[in-house]
Amino acid sequence: MYEIIENKSIGEGVNVYKINAPDIAVKALPGQFIILRVHKKGERIPITIADIDKNAGCITILVQTLGKTTHLLSELKAGDELADLVGPLGIPSEIENFGTVVCIGGGFGIAAVHPIAKALKNAGNDVISIIGARRKDLLLMENEMRSASSGLLIATDDGSYGTKGFVTDILKRLIVDDKKNIIRVIAIGPVPMMKAVSDFTKKYNIKTIVSLNPIMIDGTGMCGACRVLIGGQTKFACVDGPDFDAHQVDFENLVNRQKFYEDEEKSSYECHRKEHHNF
Amino acid sequence: MENKNKEQLILDTKERLKIKRHDMPAQNSAKRVQNFKEVSIGYLIEDAIEEAKRCIDCKVPYCIQGCPVSIDIPAFIKLIEKGDFLGAAKKIREKSSLPAICGRVCPQEDQCEKVCTIGRRKDSTSVAIGNLERFAADYEAEHGKNNNISYGKNLYDKKIAIVGAGPSGLAAAGELRQKGYRVSIFEALHEVGGVLIYGVPEFRLPKSILLREVQILKDMGVEIFTNVVIGKTITVDELLNEKGYSAVFIGTGAGTPKFLNIPGEELNGVYSANEFLTRVNLMRAYDMNEYDTPMKCGKTLVVFGAGNTAMDAVRTGLRLGYSDARIFYRRSRNEMTARLEEIHHAEQEGIRFDFLINPVRFIGDEKQNLKQVECERMELGEPDESGRRRPVPIKGSEFIADVDAAVIAIGTNVNPIVPSSTSGMDLNKWGYIIADEKTGKTTKKGVFAGGDIVTGAATVILAMGAGKNAADAIEQYLKTNIW
Repeated sequence: MYEIIENKSIGEGVNVYKINAPDIAVKALPGQFIILRVHKKGERIPITIADIDKNAGCITILVQTLGKTTHLLSELKAGDELADLVGPLGIPSEIENFGTVVCIGGGFGIAAVHPIAKALKNAGNDVISIIGARRKDLLLMENEMRSASSGLLIATDDGSYGTKGFVTDILKRLIVDDKKNIIRVIAIGPVPMMKAVSDFTKKYNIKTIVSLNPIMIDGTGMCGACRVLIGGQTKFACVDGPDFDAHQVDFENLVNRQKFYEDEEKSSYECHRKEHHNF
Repeated sequence: MENKNKEQLILDTKERLKIKRHDMPAQNSAKRVQNFKEVSIGYLIEDAIEEAKRCIDCKVPYCIQGCPVSIDIPAFIKLIEKGDFLGAAKKIREKSSLPAICGRVCPQEDQCEKVCTIGRRKDSTSVAIGNLERFAADYEAEHGKNNNISYGKNLYDKKIAIVGAGPSGLAAAGELRQKGYRVSIFEALHEVGGVLIYGVPEFRLPKSILLREVQILKDMGVEIFTNVVIGKTITVDELLNEKGYSAVFIGTGAGTPKFLNIPGEELNGVYSANEFLTRVNLMRAYDMNEYDTPMKCGKTLVVFGAGNTAMDAVRTGLRLGYSDARIFYRRSRNEMTARLEEIHHAEQEGIRFDFLINPVRFIGDEKQNLKQVECERMELGEPDESGRRRPVPIKGSEFIADVDAAVIAIGTNVNPIVPSSTSGMDLNKWGYIIADEKTGKTTKKGVFAGGDIVTGAATVILAMGAGKNAADAIEQYLKTNIW
């Protein structure tokens, strides 16, 4: 039922999956996510939708192989089926003609920010996108982001491509040096990156939206595992988000909650590798 | 056999009254806390017949009035007494489509057994109606393959969509299918059952029992679609306007967990009861060798609350390996809302209950993992709106307890997904769907609702009753088109 149409490795443990999901594709909007299970005894994992093809009835997700579940997923071939797939979940990103907006994607976040940039551009915004990675070969979706933006700027930590440094360095240049009249910033990536962007834009009072990815189980507001602190209030990322006002987010709490099952995740992955791959 | 039956039937009331209530046999408490198997073992045939003899078939059977779905209780009990167990099950099924489940999770002491004539006599206890119901349903499952279950038929072309595969949705689906309608159930999770699969633990309701009841619905021709979130994947409006459904029943349940809103609640190790139970029940995290969803275990677990969900969570904690699993409740023993049997079972298993204690804040270690909870002691003051005496903090009574995990089981708020995505359907001030008590009719034509999404958190049997009543009203509506 939830057939993998394509599974392509794009290096460094990252795979792009195209999944046949007509019901989800027809409804999905930028900023929403899906939850999948690879097998019948598997866990439910939430993944932001990276691209939507309504005509073909399929969605694209990018997943980094980090543990047992993502490893099992990476082994699926075209024609294989997922055990479960549900969505689209979460509240879609706010898409309007704001004027000039900056879409920032860091590492994996590029996949998540891509449909939002695309939709903002279609809505008439001047979309300046900044994408960053540690090295050139880890940079995802450059071409897709170029066509989804009015202008694309790139940062790599080691300077192997684009500007040497962080996405925030480029953002600073846009705001301080170029004095761009930025109405809104959308930043999706590792928590330290989102926090750095948020701290910076706060000084300039630029509305900033981040997409949060806490641990989640049902994804429909039932369990409360994905709760995050927004302006001191408890919110559920699955039904109240995943997009939130960055200046209200308690990022430290988010990081702590994401790490809660780190030990179990590690040992489960090790067991799995021993059993199946004799590492 | 015939003689014996005759003999039983002429048993006079005096003799019936002499028979003592047969308690439900249970797994030994020391042994059962080490497994997730069902605690209650079920009656043997002899127990069931003897217990059935205690019913005096009184002139005014209050028990029927006490039952939210009006099962003809004296009639099924007499059939058990006669040894016609399949007949008894059939009699129950006239009114209830999920007898094996209700026999296990209904709060009988507040319903049928509360008003039982025998139970109201001095020095006597009510007939064990729930135990007998469970016996008949289990006997049927084992011996009466498809015992007279009137199979679904296509009498009408009209299709009805059921939103949510919990107790109210399953009950509504069964009724409507028997009436001859085409029925599709849409379930958000990957498994069917709603609270019966994610909330009620294996040791109280084995999943095999639930699957058996669901299989009967499937055999009847009810279509079930899992992984469909109504309000997201498809909306209620689309079901009616684009997908060809003539009516929709919304039974999406209680929704989203309440938190205490006290400092430190965001720490790792503080769970909602729904998360704690969902990990273990739906995701089977108690068996981490086989299943992939992780679960932590420590030494001390405190559960805040005293309803069935709190009992389920604390007893689940014990089975996961917490050596000290306890209840902290801000009111007193008398105000506990859990079924009596669950409280008894919890006590037998060594769960400690601490009353009149209210948490004030959670305290974490340097990694933001829960390590302590600060509480205050309470005393009971004047009655509040629920009629129960309001707990009031005692000044200077604060104390700190060491804990590895805390579970908050203080109820739920409404889940916004269906209410907020459906046009023209009125909600009350808390966001629950406004629906007629008897028919489940909402303010939107063709849309009915029942169970916790209407009433707020209640019981499985009340939700089932709502599903059943709505099924009658849906039939009425589809035949007359009168709203």
